[in-house]
Amino acid sequence: MTFSPRGGRLTTIFAVLVALTALLAPTVAAAAEAPSSLRTTLNEIEEEVMCPVCGTLLGLAESPQATREKAFVEKLVKEGKTKSEIKDELVAQYGDAVLAEPNGSGFSISAYVVPIVAFIIAAILLAGAVWKWRRSSGGGDGSLPAVEGPSDEDRRRLDEDLGRYDL
Amino acid sequence: MRIRSVIAVLVAVAIVALLVFGLVSKGNSRLAVGETAPSPELPKLEEPGSGSLKEYRGQWVLVNFWASWCIPCRDEAPALEQFQKEHGSKNFTILGIDTQDLSDDGTKFADQYELSYPQLHDGNGDTGHEFGTTGVPENYLVKPNGKLAWAVAGPVDAKILNEQVSPLLPPKSKES
Repeated sequence: MTFSPRGGRLTTIFAVLVALTALLAPTVAAAAEAPSSLRTTLNEIEEEVMCPVCGTLLGLAESPQATREKAFVEKLVKEGKTKSEIKDELVAQYGDAVLAEPNGSGFSISAYVVPIVAFIIAAILLAGAVWKWRRSSGGGDGSLPAVEGPSDEDRRRLDEDLGRYDL
Repeated sequence: MRIRSVIAVLVAVAIVALLVFGLVSKGNSRLAVGETAPSPELPKLEEPGSGSLKEYRGQWVLVNFWASWCIPCRDEAPALEQFQKEHGSKNFTILGIDTQDLSDDGTKFADQYELSYPQLHDGNGDTGHEFGTTGVPENYLVKPNGKLAWAVAGPVDAKILNEQVSPLLPPKSKES
């Protein structure tokens, strides 16, 4: 079976087009479904908001207040509200404390800043400790400490041993 | 060496400060008799606008913290309404504060029990925390000068209201 050069080129172009279509199809499908992906579920919301009375995630709470809060969320989900709209409604009812994640303003910002600052401080301390350790072990410029060669006595004994084995 | 000691002391101080802050901010000491009752502005439950305990200065006010999901609150609601009917006047009122509750649920509750006294909505529970509540229902009798006269953590009934609250009210308000 033989192919003309022109036929081979067409086959290559066709193969590339098929491959591109296969690669792009999921992206296009996802884009087409974008509006529905904004829809949320009670389960999804439950993992991101608190039961203010219980002080736990709504998904873990079984108190009467949590039951009412879940019913409220479920009603909003059925109305087609998005996740952020539902969270806004919850904040309007219960205040910012209903959000499981800190809101990133006021004192709540420390929840984000403290770990970063702690990490930077730890990194600086670690770098300082390593630098100090390397300095104390001799190589101030980063090079390994110089190793002295064998002493004259050691050289003499080595020569004797080598001579004994006739190497 | 001195720098290291200073850093260690600073870290220790920061940790202690954080712990103290945590304790202070979480601390929920109950309002004591004689202390001034907090009176932040809160949205009204059944109508637009806001209100505050401050507006009732000059009156005795029984502040009742409740929530629609709270079963003991359902039990005490008829007794409170009856007490309001008997003692409500320009010298005395009950002020309901629906706390950590959905406003629609609170409104339905007030309608269901035909509560005639004013109601505010404390959705995030901050006002309850300022009073030092540990749950609902809780009741606080506030003097006309805004100082706390009496409090009970838990539900009230006709007996408690008549035997403990009524004697504290001035005769005029009892007659009105």
